[in-house]
This record gives sequence, structure tokens and C-alpha cells, in this order.
Amino acid sequence: MSVVTNTTTIGAIEAPSRRNTELLLLIFAVVIAVFAYGNVGLALNGELPSGMLGYGLGLTLLAGVGHLAVRKFAAYADPLLLPLATLLNGIGLALIWRLDQSKRFQALETFAPAATKQLIFSAVGVALLVGVLMLLKDHRILQRYTYISMVVALILLVLPMFFPAVNGARIWINIPGVGTLQPGEFAKIIIAVFFSGYLMVKRDALALASRRFMGMYLPRGRDLGPILVIWALSILILVFETDLGTSLLFFGLFVVMLYVATERTSWIVFGLLMSAAGAVGVATFEPHVQQRVDAWLDPFAGYGKLAASEQIAKSLMAFGSGGMFGTGLGQGDSDLIGFAANSDFILATVGEELGLTGLMAMLLLYGLVIERGVRTALAARDPFGKLLAIGLSGAFAIQVFVVAGGVMGLIPLTGMTMPFIAAGGSSVIANWALIGILLRISDTARRPAPVPAPSPDAEMTQVVRP
Amino acid sequence: MSELTLTVMRLGFLAVLWLFVIVAVQVIRSDLFGTRVTQRGSRRTASADARPQQTGRQQQAAAPPQQRQRRGAPTKLVVSEGTLTGTTVALQGQTVTLGRAHDSTIVLDDDYASSRHARIYPDRDGQWIVEDLGSTNGTYLDRTRLTTPTPIPLGAPIRIGKTVIELRK
Repeated sequence: MSVVTNTTTIGAIEAPSRRNTELLLLIFAVVIAVFAYGNVGLALNGELPSGMLGYGLGLTLLAGVGHLAVRKFAAYADPLLLPLATLLNGIGLALIWRLDQSKRFQALETFAPAATKQLIFSAVGVALLVGVLMLLKDHRILQRYTYISMVVALILLVLPMFFPAVNGARIWINIPGVGTLQPGEFAKIIIAVFFSGYLMVKRDALALASRRFMGMYLPRGRDLGPILVIWALSILILVFETDLGTSLLFFGLFVVMLYVATERTSWIVFGLLMSAAGAVGVATFEPHVQQRVDAWLDPFAGYGKLAASEQIAKSLMAFGSGGMFGTGLGQGDSDLIGFAANSDFILATVGEELGLTGLMAMLLLYGLVIERGVRTALAARDPFGKLLAIGLSGAFAIQVFVVAGGVMGLIPLTGMTMPFIAAGGSSVIANWALIGILLRISDTARRPAPVPAPSPDAEMTQVVRP
Repeated sequence: MSELTLTVMRLGFLAVLWLFVIVAVQVIRSDLFGTRVTQRGSRRTASADARPQQTGRQQQAAAPPQQRQRRGAPTKLVVSEGTLTGTTVALQGQTVTLGRAHDSTIVLDDDYASSRHARIYPDRDGQWIVEDLGSTNGTYLDRTRLTTPTPIPLGAPIRIGKTVIELRK
């Protein structure tokens, strides 16, 4: 295994598959989630909830099926992704069930118990993960569908424009008999496939043909084409769907991948300038976006008048009342936030009931998922896999940032859901699929290289004696 | 439900949540894979690099049973004279070949060496053996020219042309 050159010794580290580590972590994750569920029941009713067994078994089943699928189809995949996703999903289920139990929440007209539905959606998501692992034997197959995925992603992004706005944003489509769907969640995966395929081919042109100016590499005018097109599209989304989240995710993802593909800082500078200009420009004439920005700038000014700013104000109060260690699961008043408390604003419940300590732990869990994604990208040997892994973890990161930032008042609030913990079928299903693709890439990246067959020249040298 | 129980559960849940994060980070810490590059040069770096091979569970699990080392068994092979002076090769239970051929483990740049000059391998008990592969100018252990495969004592010089190799702990 060792080769000696004049200066260094290079040896391969044998990578074990680490499936047993994953199994132990999964058991740990399920135990934590069941603990959360029981804790909520004890706090609310003084007894263990009756659904605890069913909930625990359901989550165990999901984790078990996911684990077996990884063992069978991606034996060398990253050991952390699946347990992290399971834990986030499990805690999310417990929090959603907790909000379902709230009297104030039940009094809302829009109320419908969401926990059972969410468990079913999670099951669909895990089934999709198994499907991805089973059918996608090699992530490079996706590379063949670069331009098809562009078309599909555009259709998914444009489709909601033809459906009526819900709460001021057009991000849902309504399929009769099936329910509503948020196509943007699926579009983020498909668009990452397109960006990786496209940038893999074009990266040299975008990276090398540039002039140096003030310490930055400025791209040529015509190479600005793609970024301008994507920018225009995301502005159009912002104008017609009035959804800052999708628009930011879409554009931010492109800038991240452009930067990774070309190693040029100038793209980031351009991207930030363009998105700032676009957002400010649209906010000046689009009333829905304008309202969101006002609510962000001074949430307490519109308290009692504007629903949007009242929600943010209540969410900020929830974070505040949580303090350092929180009020304890089931003992907060985050249900005051109203109808989106279990989806967009679920992080406020985390902040109030688990406090800063718990919130930081949750954000670290998200950070670890992203870290494993980036690690996968570093380890991947093919450029397409590298870009895809970066794109998927980048999309995940941007989504977490946009939602968490919006709920905490760092940036204007957008209509996106916290991956895995928020109630919402599309989000859970799409994020499980995203984890599936990351598992597939990491399996390819970490699988040890096959041992080369002994070459016929390996016989001993015939020595000619003088 | 008493106030105390709820407080204990509240703090207990936070503790368990953080424990998970810490365990996950520990898994990342021990999750090494890919290639390892050992810089040639001072003896300090060489010994620092040799240590993880003993402690790293992964290598031990992956290596063949010969690597279950007895106390005092050599862990590395050091070139002490010749053009390659300072080069070390970790002994991980695999055969080390020496010669001018490019696919040798240690490629000797030495006019007196043959293409396939000698090999060093562990026998079933983990004892390292040096065997001359019919070289033109011979392999010497201390002062004696080798005719049969011979066990190598720790620190004994193996001479191939101008190159001297030793096994060290």
C-alpha cells in the first residue's frame, strides 16, 4: 500500500463502513425523540401520552428501514446523515404534536391535527430515500439529465404563479384530491442537479477568462450572461409569487455553486450586490414584500394592526421568554403565534421551550448535516459529484439560514419551512430525498478503491549474472 | 406532575440533546479516510506519524493479523545511509520490496542495486525477515552476505550497495 518517492510516503487509510456507528446513533436519536414526546405528555396532562408507543414504533420503523436500506445499497455512506435527519424529524414530530394539543391552537379556524399527517409524510420521505438509494446506483447518472432538470425545475418554479395566493404568497399548487404541494422544495434539488451539470462544463470559461481589477477577477461581459439570467428569474419569482424565500434560495444557490466551481470571490461580491439591489428594488413597489420588510424593521410598530408584524413580534417574545434554558417542553406559550406556529415559526417553539441552549443544539444539528454534506463534496472524486454535494448542502444551509434568520428577526421573514422539523409534507419529503442523494454521493466517495488485480509483470526479475 | 420532575426532565432533555451533538462530533473526529501523506525529514515527524498507526482503531481492524504486534516489535523501516537517507516506511504487515524497479516499495537510486534486489516481509509469528532476491551484488545483514531468508534483529543494518536500512521501533 505504501509507495516511497523521494520526499513523501503516501498510504491509503482503510475506511471501515461504520454502519454500526450509524445504528447506535440512530437508536440514540429515536430515544431522544421519544423522550421529547413523553416529556410533552407529562407536562401537559401529567401522564405519558397514549400515542407514545405508536409514535415510538413509527419512528423506530422509519429509522430501521432507512438504516437497512443504507446497509444494503450504500454500505460506505456517511454514518451521521441518517441519524441527524432522524433526530430532527423526530423532535419536529414531538413539537408538532405538542402544538396540536394546545387549546389556543385548536381554537383557530385553520386548525387540523398535523402530527399524524406529518408522520405519514415522513414515511413517504423515508420511502423516497430508500427509492433514491435503490434506483440511483451512481449519482453521475443525474449528469445526463442536466438540461431536462433545468426545464423541470423551471416548470416547478413557475407553476405556482397560476394558482391563487395563499397568505399573500404563491408558492403552493393545488392538486385536486391530493392536496397542496410546495414545488419549490423539490425544485431546489432538481435545480442543484442542473447547476452542477452546467457549471462542470462551463467552469473553465467562467474562471479563467477574466481581468484583474482592484484585487478581484472581473469576469468578461458575456460570461455574466448566466448569472444575469438566474438573477432575472429570481426577481420574476419575487415579483409574481411574492416569495422572498424561494427567490433567495434559487439565486443564493447559484452564487454558492458558481463560487465553488470557479474559486472567484468576485462572483460572491456580484451576487450579494445583485440580490441586495433586486430585493430593495422589488420591495419598493410590491406591497406584500414591502409589508414583510416593514414588519422586519419594526415588528412592534404594527402589533395589533398587521398580522405579519404581529407574528414576528410574538415569535421574538417567545424567544425572549425562553431565556437560557427554556420553559420546558409543553410549558411554553408559543402557540400564541397562531396559524403558522407549527410550520414557519416552529423554531420559536424550540426557542421558548428549550431555550437558547436547546436552540443552539438544534442549529448545531443542522450545521452537522451541512458539514457532512460539505465533507462529502470534499471527498468526492468526480467534479459533478463535488458540485452536486455542495449544491445540495448549500441549498439546505440557505434554507435553514433564511427561515431561522426570518423567525429571529435577522432578515425579513419568508415563506419557507425549517427542514425536517416544520409541519409540511413537501418539505419533509424533499429533504429526505436530498439526504438520500447525499448518502449516495458519500457512499461513492468513501468506498475504498478496489484492490488492483496482480499484474503479470509482478514476477521476480530474471537476474543475469555476469 | 411535580415541578421538580419537570425541571429535571427539562434540563435532562437539554443534556441529552447536547450529548447527541457531542457524540456526533466524536464520530466525525474518528472518521478519517482518504490518503495519508507522511513527510520525510526529521525523525520527530516520522515518529509522530507512526503513532496513529498504533492507536488508530481503523488500521488495526483493517490490517492482517501479523500486525498485532508483540512488545518490542519494529514499527518502521528507516533508511540510515545512501541517497534516500531519512526515508521511513511504516511496517503494516505488508511486504516491503527494495530495488531499482519503479514499482518497488523503496525505489533505490543506487548503481549497485538490482531491479528486484531484496524483500522484507513478516513471517507467521510477526518476525520480520529479509530475503535476497538473487541480486548481483548481494544484500548484507551486518557484515554477512545473505544466502537464505534471515530474521532481522532490531536496529541491525541491512546494506544494499551504498544504502543502509534499519528496522526501528
